[in-house]
Amino acid sequence: MMKLHKYLEKNSFGLLLGIIAVVSVGGLVEITPLFYIDNTIEEVEGMRPYSPLELEGRNIYVREGCYTCHSQMVRPLRDEVERYGHYSLAAESMYDRPFQWGSKRTGPDLARVGGKYSDEWHKLHMEDPRAVVPESIMPPYRFLSKRELNYQRIEADLKANQKLGVPYTDEMVAKAFEDITNQLDEDADDYDGFVARYPKAVVRDFDGNPGLVSEMDALIAYMQMLGTLVDFDAYEAKKDENLR
Amino acid sequence: MSARSVRAKWVEDGSSLPIFIILIAGLLWALFAAHPTGVPAGSYPTLEMHGYIMMGAFLVGIIMLVGVCSNGTPKINLAEYEDKVIKYGVLATTFWGIVGMLVGVIIACQLTWPRIFYFDSMPWLNFGRMRPLHTSAVIFAFGGNALIATSFYVVQRTCRTRLAGGLWAWFVFWGYQLFIVLAATGYLTGITQSKEYAEPEWYVDIWLTIVWVAYLMVFMGTLYKRKEPHIYVANWFYLAFIVTVAILHIVNNLSLPTGMFEAKSYSLFSGVQDAMTQWWYGHNAVGFFLTAGFLAIMYYFIPKRADRPIWSYKLSIVHFWAVIFIYIWAGPHHLHFTALPQWTQTLGMVFSIMLWMPSWGGMINGLMTLQGAWDKLRTDPVLRMLVVSVAFYGMATFEGPLMSIRYVNALSHYTEWTIGHVHSGALGWNGFVTFGALYCLVPWLWKKKELYSLKLVEWHFWLATIGIVFYITAMWVAGIMEGLMWRAYTDLGFLEYAFIETVSAKHISYIVRALGGTLFLLGTFVMAFNIFMTIKGRGLAEPIDGDEPLAKRPVLPVSEPQLGGAAQ
Amino acid sequence: MAKKESQKDPQEIETTGHEWDGIEELNTPMPRWWLWMFYGCILWAIIYAILMPSIPFLNSYFKGTLGYSDRAAVLEDVEAMHADRAVYASKLSGANLEDIQADPELFRYAMAAGKSAFGDNCATCHGSGAQGFKGYPNLNDDIWIWGGTFEDIRETLTVGIRAAHDDSRFGLMQAYGTDELLTKDQISDAAHFVLSLSGRDDDAIASLRGSEIFRDNCASCHGDTGIGDKMQGAPNLTDEDWLYGDTLEDVYQSIYGGRQGVMPNWNERLSPETITALAVYVHALGGGQASAPAEPGTPNDP
Ligand code: HEC
Ligand code: HEC
Ligand code: HEC
Ligand code: HEM
Ligand code: HEM
Ligand SMILES: [Ca+2]
Ligand SMILES: [Ca+2]
Ligand SMILES: [Cu+2]
Repeated sequence: MMKLHKYLEKNSFGLLLGIIAVVSVGGLVEITPLFYIDNTIEEVEGMRPYSPLELEGRNIYVREGCYTCHSQMVRPLRDEVERYGHYSLAAESMYDRPFQWGSKRTGPDLARVGGKYSDEWHKLHMEDPRAVVPESIMPPYRFLSKRELNYQRIEADLKANQKLGVPYTDEMVAKAFEDITNQLDEDADDYDGFVARYPKAVVRDFDGNPGLVSEMDALIAYMQMLGTLVDFDAYEAKKDENLR
Repeated sequence: MSARSVRAKWVEDGSSLPIFIILIAGLLWALFAAHPTGVPAGSYPTLEMHGYIMMGAFLVGIIMLVGVCSNGTPKINLAEYEDKVIKYGVLATTFWGIVGMLVGVIIACQLTWPRIFYFDSMPWLNFGRMRPLHTSAVIFAFGGNALIATSFYVVQRTCRTRLAGGLWAWFVFWGYQLFIVLAATGYLTGITQSKEYAEPEWYVDIWLTIVWVAYLMVFMGTLYKRKEPHIYVANWFYLAFIVTVAILHIVNNLSLPTGMFEAKSYSLFSGVQDAMTQWWYGHNAVGFFLTAGFLAIMYYFIPKRADRPIWSYKLSIVHFWAVIFIYIWAGPHHLHFTALPQWTQTLGMVFSIMLWMPSWGGMINGLMTLQGAWDKLRTDPVLRMLVVSVAFYGMATFEGPLMSIRYVNALSHYTEWTIGHVHSGALGWNGFVTFGALYCLVPWLWKKKELYSLKLVEWHFWLATIGIVFYITAMWVAGIMEGLMWRAYTDLGFLEYAFIETVSAKHISYIVRALGGTLFLLGTFVMAFNIFMTIKGRGLAEPIDGDEPLAKRPVLPVSEPQLGGAAQ
Repeated sequence: MAKKESQKDPQEIETTGHEWDGIEELNTPMPRWWLWMFYGCILWAIIYAILMPSIPFLNSYFKGTLGYSDRAAVLEDVEAMHADRAVYASKLSGANLEDIQADPELFRYAMAAGKSAFGDNCATCHGSGAQGFKGYPNLNDDIWIWGGTFEDIRETLTVGIRAAHDDSRFGLMQAYGTDELLTKDQISDAAHFVLSLSGRDDDAIASLRGSEIFRDNCASCHGDTGIGDKMQGAPNLTDEDWLYGDTLEDVYQSIYGGRQGVMPNWNERLSPETITALAVYVHALGGGQASAPAEPGTPNDP
């Protein structure tokens, strides 16, 4: 051993290669199996890719750094399951690029916030959190309601995801642009088509301002779908491979 | 030119042509980026601002490079150390330290007094954008500059040779500053991947990759042409830090942009795999950036300042290899009880426990080096700073394994406890060891007898120490309280507290933390002043003449294969 | 002995003979305690890894000799929790208020359950003291838009108001301005009249004009006297309480744009017994009304 070390100490390339070899092991053992061990991602019903509007909303979530305060990962602990709902499954974030599980809960977990509040509440809260929750320490995001959502290139977003393996169909990509407004209007011509493409998607004007497709529309659309996709009645929590 | 002479040329004075090519390519890309041809991507900002910043930076770079090379190859005196770039590094470290900590104080105030410190009209000042600015500014800008500057200093001294690669050291320095500016302005305007500690978008990641590979080449080149038979232990740590960070950075940032000239990208991995990759990266950013690199600083500056030999060579060897092997495995302790399969969490936990002693090996070696010189702690506040940093390192690396135990983590995760742990490491260990190194470096580099004022160092020491104590005790109290409140049940078996009650309950702790952070920041200002006055040659900082000769001792036979030769 | 040696004066321990920029290295052996603790940690790690799921294989992983799983554990915990609560839960889920009030222990239990659920689910809108905000009704007072009996409240919680539930409570007041059903002047007059109903208006002429508009457009829901209709969720306009504010501006806005406040349905998120407990809790906050007989003055009340 000491002899080998004497060699490494005197040979810079040897030392470099030695270091690379030693630091490679852990990552290889921990990361690669996650790509091939079957039950890493549970089999569930209901998961679908984000609708274009939800995806834009998610990108705003990413842009604003909401993950610095909010987790999206309910842990299998009794109090969390009681407070936030069913513990999060790996399947629920399988289309998340990047994942947004978070590491700090300055604000509550958002993994299952979908449907918990009204759009109106979200808008008020996002614009001025202390107007609805006086004790809140969340920043105000008033500008989101004023800013028009820029979604001309939404197709490119879906395409990039598609290339990476998110199951967007070509139809979804082709219709991405219209689907933004389809989701904002219950009376849209292609309502049925949209709902077929994105089952369970909530269709309505989210920011209370039908005249404007705002960034708030997108962000609330994203908030309202969080945690609502997986059908937990069909999910067998106790099945052996789901207890991993 | 034969391969041999190319290599020789790199090692001696480098070649500036590739720098030129890189700058031109960058300029071209920036030109397109600044003038997007189509409609910008989605809710994401365009590349326009970054395009202009890069255009400016690359233009200045090209002009400077042409200026330096205008009369043939730049003159590089191989008999002297390359110290100017280190001086720049010292100043950059001080500057970014102040920026990062100032932002730290601001976000601490935002959480404490949200009605005062949020501005509706300035969304870029919101917490969600400022926090990544803080973490990147302190870790990558302050810490990174400290690491680059000290590594350039240490590797030259301990290899008794000038930095390899000629102008490339300058490329590394300025390239790194450009990376910092792009990252920081990106966060504020909303260009971020929102992957903790890896927030910069794809093109900034690529730029950092180029800079980092250059850094590795400069460092390796210098090791390679060293005039000492053995490679000093500090350099093992520096090398491990540089090469591992390169690997981590590249893998974790793999992503697909929506277009060649668009800011937005989607990461190659998703969900659970992305989480594991991210924390493999994130934890080892701690392990290799904030630990291995800073241990290297310790391994040079403590023995040097105390004028004592390193305590145990054997301990160095064992703890070095153990630390770098085990650290890599510990990432899943950031994902306990998440949707990451439990087998992975187990590995993360047990390796974190095994990491305890190897980490302490560094602490023991640092502290015991003082053996026979403990009395110096009373008289030399700089040495005291260095030694206290090692004590904090010991504390953080005890707390870390403790928090890695799954049942402890069930309580601590998501809470302020993590923040307390982070800052006992970050302020106590990384902060203090950097301050100590800067206090050593400034008189050495600017050739002064002493610092301007040791009294001020004393002030800095106490301001910062009290600041840390405030900060971390407040966060422990807040974190444990919050963790317990979240899981508290009434005697009838119902959740006792609503989430928002836990937010209100932390208010006092937040005030104490903001106060502690302010004290720590004040200390940093005191240091900046001291450094400034030292450079100006005031007070005790009398100039000494004469250059440090490259070789104090006769050149020993070098056992490394000579340039291009076969292995020994 | 190594232990002794590590404690020797450094001068007595040899250096390795290397030197870098004046720095030398001692050849001190590794501290014994350190090595033993390192071995101890490794041993502990091995034991833990044998007990728990740990090593990945080709398409599976080592499950650990204890066969432990977080998910199994929490499912058990939750089951145990339900078992603990089962007795009360079964008493609660179908019960009416009298039954609950008759059993002090059950009542105390329901109140505790209600208080706990209120904090994380309701306080965000109705305030931590249930005091409400503009647009979010105060639940402490005895003014109810949709009825203040225990059954009314439980129904409101279960199906929500203008929520996703198929049987959600639904009252639709048109946006008279946005939809151009009335002119701005007419709306302004109506607003004056509405304010006069609770004695806060001073422009008698406008409110006289408004009374006609009110009779034609509004009385169908809010009643001829403006007393409201709990069936349609049309608020009483004659009292001191205003969901959306009592200034002329606020009232004008209510008529101009309509409000359409949404209260989510909780039947999917909370169990029936929790909803019952919440109804008990809210009912007890101060304004709960007796189930029968129907209040005088609200003829449409069931
Ligand atoms: C400084 C930290 C901070 C940031 C940044 C932040 N939040 Fe919050 N958030 C909070 C706190 C604290 C609460 C709890 C108090 C409240 O309801 O306002 C909260 C509550 C919420 C809630 C209500 C959750 C519930 O179940 O009650 C939602 C939804 C939410 N935030 C969304 C967001 C979004 C979206 C962003 C980014 C655009 C964001 N937050 C950024 C701190 C933050
Ligand atoms: C998204 C915000 C929101 C949340 C969360 C919410 N509510 Fe409401 N609630 C409302 C609004 C808005 C109304 C008034 C709707 C209307 O009639 O226009 C309302 C009305 C009510 C009413 C009827 C008041 C009346 O005068 O008839 C009751 C009772 C009530 N809420 C109780 C609760 C309870 C209990 C919870 C928690 C389980 C809860 N609410 C959660 C928004 C909310
Ligand atoms: C189809 C039934 C209906 C008709 C017709 C109607 N309203 Fe309403 N009104 C409601 C309902 C339901 C609400 C509760 C508001 C909400 O939650 O959306 C309401 C709320 C109000 C409020 C707000 C009360 C508060 O507490 O802040 C005012 C003021 C009001 N109505 C005035 C009028 C006037 C004036 C007219 C006629 C021009 C009118 N309403 C016609 C159903 C009706
Ligand atoms: C043996 C050494 C260490 C171990 C085992 C360890 C372990 C841990 C654990 C368990 C967490 C909490 C993760 C969570 O619950 O989210 C954590 C967080 C952290 N630690 Fe350490 N730690 C060690 C040393 C250090 C040191 C020396 C530093 C130096 C600054 C440091 C910096 C951090 C940071 C920055 C985080 C926060 C990560 C995040 O969530 O953003 N750690 N560490
Ligand atoms: C003046 C001194 C400082 C103050 C006031 C300060 C304040 C803060 C605050 C308020 C946060 C956010 C915590 C939260 O989200 O709840 C934070 C996070 C962080 N800070 Fe600092 N900080 C200071 C110095 C430093 C230094 C010197 C470093 C590193 C060298 C550092 C590294 C970090 C890291 C890594 C995080 C993220 C922790 C996590 O994600 O878990 N900070 N800091
Ligand atoms: Ca809209
Ligand atoms: Ca990145
Ligand atoms: Cu870690």
